[in-house]
Amino acid sequence: MRLLALALHRLLWFVPTLLGLLVVTFVISRVIPADPVALVAGETATPAQVEALRHQLGYDRPLPVQFVDYVARLARGDMGVSLFTRRPIVDDLAHRLPATIELTVVAMLVSVLVGIPLGVVSALWRNSLLDHALRVLTVSGLAIAGFWLGIMLQLLFSMRLGWTPLNGRLPGYPPRDLTGFYLIDAALTWDWGTFGAALQHLALPAATLAFPALATLVRFTRAGVLDVMESNFALYERAMGLPRPLIVWKYVLRSALTSTVTQIGLLFGILLAGAVVTEAVFDWPGIGTYAVNSILRSDYNAVMGFTVWAGAIFIVVNLLVDVAHTLVDPRERAS
Amino acid sequence: MIQNVSAAWFVVTRLARDRSALIGLVLIALLVLAAVLAPVLATHPDDVFELHPSERLKEPSGAHWLGTDRMGADVYSRLLFGARITILIGVIAVGASLALGVPIGLVAGYHHGWASDLLMRVSDIFLAVPQVVLAIAIAQTLGPSLPNVILALSVTYWPWFARVVYAETRALQKEVFVESTTALGASPWRLTVLHVLPNIASPIIVRASIGMGFTILTAAALGFLGLGPPPPTPEWGRTIAEAREFLPDAWPPPTPEWGRTIAESREFLPDAWWYAAAPGVAIFLTVMGFNLLGDGLRDVLDPRLRRSAARDG
Repeated sequence: MRLLALALHRLLWFVPTLLGLLVVTFVISRVIPADPVALVAGETATPAQVEALRHQLGYDRPLPVQFVDYVARLARGDMGVSLFTRRPIVDDLAHRLPATIELTVVAMLVSVLVGIPLGVVSALWRNSLLDHALRVLTVSGLAIAGFWLGIMLQLLFSMRLGWTPLNGRLPGYPPRDLTGFYLIDAALTWDWGTFGAALQHLALPAATLAFPALATLVRFTRAGVLDVMESNFALYERAMGLPRPLIVWKYVLRSALTSTVTQIGLLFGILLAGAVVTEAVFDWPGIGTYAVNSILRSDYNAVMGFTVWAGAIFIVVNLLVDVAHTLVDPRERAS
Repeated sequence: MIQNVSAAWFVVTRLARDRSALIGLVLIALLVLAAVLAPVLATHPDDVFELHPSERLKEPSGAHWLGTDRMGADVYSRLLFGARITILIGVIAVGASLALGVPIGLVAGYHHGWASDLLMRVSDIFLAVPQVVLAIAIAQTLGPSLPNVILALSVTYWPWFARVVYAETRALQKEVFVESTTALGASPWRLTVLHVLPNIASPIIVRASIGMGFTILTAAALGFLGLGPPPPTPEWGRTIAEAREFLPDAWPPPTPEWGRTIAESREFLPDAWWYAAAPGVAIFLTVMGFNLLGDGLRDVLDPRLRRSAARDG
């Protein structure tokens, strides 16, 4: 019951945060530009056309009325029409979302599966050559420009060595559309050739995207394990003569990882921000590439639609992480 | 004054003893040197504006240390001038974020009430969206230009300062010296500016150093996406007429912003690898310098925040 109340409390914060995000995007799209309608109409429109469009879009009404209308439209899932594709922006984004989720989830898996063991190893062999090498890696991970790393990987693995495809998600037809995630669709239809090809296409973008998140995870895990190793209970277990691997991989790790779970929300932020540029580099047909193409075409509605979506996804994930953390950590429940 | 100087000297000597902080300091010093002395250090200082079609995409050599780009300009010389843009963006954006975030954090931290809550909620909303996403939206709305990039980065970065200052100010209110200063009749203004602010300077400085790295990285991404500073208006008539024949699309020469240079280099890969590699390494070293310095400053200035990872060195 207490748990439910806590989850509800977190959920209550969700609404004002989302509304706040909408205020921000509304201000960016309607208040900052000198004339938002002229921006939408394009450079070739005549003044009369601009005025007609202004009335048609309802931009001649007072700002608060416009804002309520804006929120009401968004609640109905209406983000307007892309100026370039002439299709509803919601459809464009929904169509591309699975590609982004697939890339982000694979990158997240890579960074968790590689980053956490490396962090533990780094803490256990503190000040060893390996630890120093990993420290260089983590420092680099947070300083490297994702788009540049992607281009360098393409240069080496696709152009020079020819091991991986240069860009895109699949060369031919996608597998039968069941979930929109090519890996899952290919596995479900037992199409292992496509599965392998999809995996090959994923390798470089996922590695590019995972690198900064991985660096962050190594750093947090190392610090967490070192802290717990010096705690009283770990000392007690050592004094009781428990085998070191048991202490480390069972008790210490479980305790150290509780704080790492909290960082997953942060990691997701790194991944989502990175996805925009990573997708652009690898021509990955997700919402990031859509946003970048919209920027290049000055498709202003679509850029705003992307901002709302990306912000909303991020807020939802953080909410879920918060709730999950409450479930995992008994101390959170008590307070 | 003398106290300040000796305090600063203490920080510098402590930083110099921390190996990674020292590397950070050296990298930043090199960056500043490159930016200030760009016209002197550049081997081809005129290449930021001039075209040499015959020198196009030459490999690194004695004449062109880092090769030449698609317009025959010396990559090394253009990198040096690009450092000026990078420093300009970083310093102004972080400065503006400080100017906005610190007062907001102080006010919200000092006063208790709905207005403070509202201020912090607003900053939470900005923190709830990845910075690059909001910066893209703002830069796109305003149009690509140097001031707009700086504006977009400042608008999206100030909440980090507001949050740090808010938390520190709230924590300080429990301290005895704040209570006694208030009891002595100090005005809120005097208390926050003369007593609270100096005591929370350390976390602000640390955040500013890390913010420089982060802002420069985001600025490079904006430049790469075509939202950075646009090409300057050309006024070199003679060169244009010459160049149009050879390179119809390449004029006017773009600003030597690093992220943008990487975007331009892509169509010449894999042959002209130096063209793409050099600016990326420059971004990497710059951001690493500020990150290492930030970590080092945290250890020296703020023992409470001492990263566990650094306990060894």
